[in-house]
Amino acid sequence: SRDPPFFFLFFLSLCLTLFSTMSAGYDLSVTTYSPEGRVFQVEYAGKAIDNSGTVVGLRCKDGVVLGVEKFVISKMIVEGSNRRVFNVDRHVGLAAAGLAPDARQVVARARAEASNYRSHFKDDIPGRVLAERLASFLHVSTWYWALRPFGCAVLLATHDVRKGHALFLVEPSGVMNGYYGCATGKGKQGAKTEIEKLNLSELTCREAVNEIAKIIYRVHDE
Amino acid sequence: PKSSAAGAHFAPDDARTHTKEPIVTGSSVIGIQYNGGVMIASDTLASYGNMSRFKELSRLYRVSSRCVVGMTGELSDFQYITELLDSLVRRDFNLDDGHSIDPSEVHQYLTRVLYNRRNDFNPLWNYLVVAGMNSDGSQFLGVVDLVGTNFSDTLVATGFGVHLTLALLRKAMDEAGSPAGMTREKARETLEACLRVLFYRDCRASNRVQIADVPLDGESTISEPYY
Repeated sequence: SRDPPFFFLFFLSLCLTLFSTMSAGYDLSVTTYSPEGRVFQVEYAGKAIDNSGTVVGLRCKDGVVLGVEKFVISKMIVEGSNRRVFNVDRHVGLAAAGLAPDARQVVARARAEASNYRSHFKDDIPGRVLAERLASFLHVSTWYWALRPFGCAVLLATHDVRKGHALFLVEPSGVMNGYYGCATGKGKQGAKTEIEKLNLSELTCREAVNEIAKIIYRVHDE
Repeated sequence: PKSSAAGAHFAPDDARTHTKEPIVTGSSVIGIQYNGGVMIASDTLASYGNMSRFKELSRLYRVSSRCVVGMTGELSDFQYITELLDSLVRRDFNLDDGHSIDPSEVHQYLTRVLYNRRNDFNPLWNYLVVAGMNSDGSQFLGVVDLVGTNFSDTLVATGFGVHLTLALLRKAMDEAGSPAGMTREKARETLEACLRVLFYRDCRASNRVQIADVPLDGESTISEPYY
């Protein structure tokens, strides 16, 4: 559990140890740059993700598999609550790391984008188009003093006729990349190391489900 | 500005008249409940006035495994309606909570859409038949029209079907006693006989037909067009 005073001190000391200069004063709003050209509020949004469950995505030979580490917060919670992997349309899956309510907003936007594309073009939204639109959407909340950046990163598993299957990661800063394998969340460093050991071009989705489960187990509370 | 559309001569100058007549139209849809589900049928013709313009066009739309919709009236409005229904089903799929929309819910949804369009004096010029199996196991067969009138019954017809085939459907249903006494074969025979009568007597009907079947357990199917 997050004890506020402890967390603040830990965080501050983290800043002092990891960053060469203090962020004092430059981190109060998302519309302020630091002298090094950093936007601290966006980086802090990334911290929200780093403190949440690991999310792993693998682009395999025959498809894309997403896996999320779900914490069982309480035995009283009904199984199936706290959904972390979402359907966006029939050809897109979305896994979210970070603040769950923020993720729900991103999912809603993704669904709206897919529906809008379909009403214009009567076709599935291509993976890259959706990823770029979501990246722009996340980016917008880093422009305004009155908004805060989304505290979630999303992995998109997409399939379209032109490009086949693809995996994208969209981050709170608005950065979007296509990946063969990626991880985000608490155990992302460990997960990324594990992913690099895999031969993704030969891996099938069925095998990948097992591999992702193993990775998430291994990096859990490392 | 005066237009040449129907009704323009008597309308005030600023009244819109383009919504007063359908252009590309489908003829009748007929439907009947039987002991194993619900069945609806139509021909595959879309007419352009007196011309048989699109001769192999499906006027039956599969909403989901448990629901089909058939249309009479303006084709473009029906195409818009199928897009609306498709996005409804997609929303269900996204939620992924084990539930999907019932035909009675689709019926109510279409009623609301059509009634609201009517109130804006911009109707979707269709008579829609909604048929299928609800999740509680009950059969559903209903009609919604371009002003939003809706009802459900064990046998329905739209367009010329109302005048030419309802009597035949009722006769078959009376012989069976109730939908529980109507077999799938008898339902199919009855619908085919009605389609034949429609082809004889409705000059905007064709003999290339389709039947959609939503069985109690199993997937809804729409047959390939046949003669």
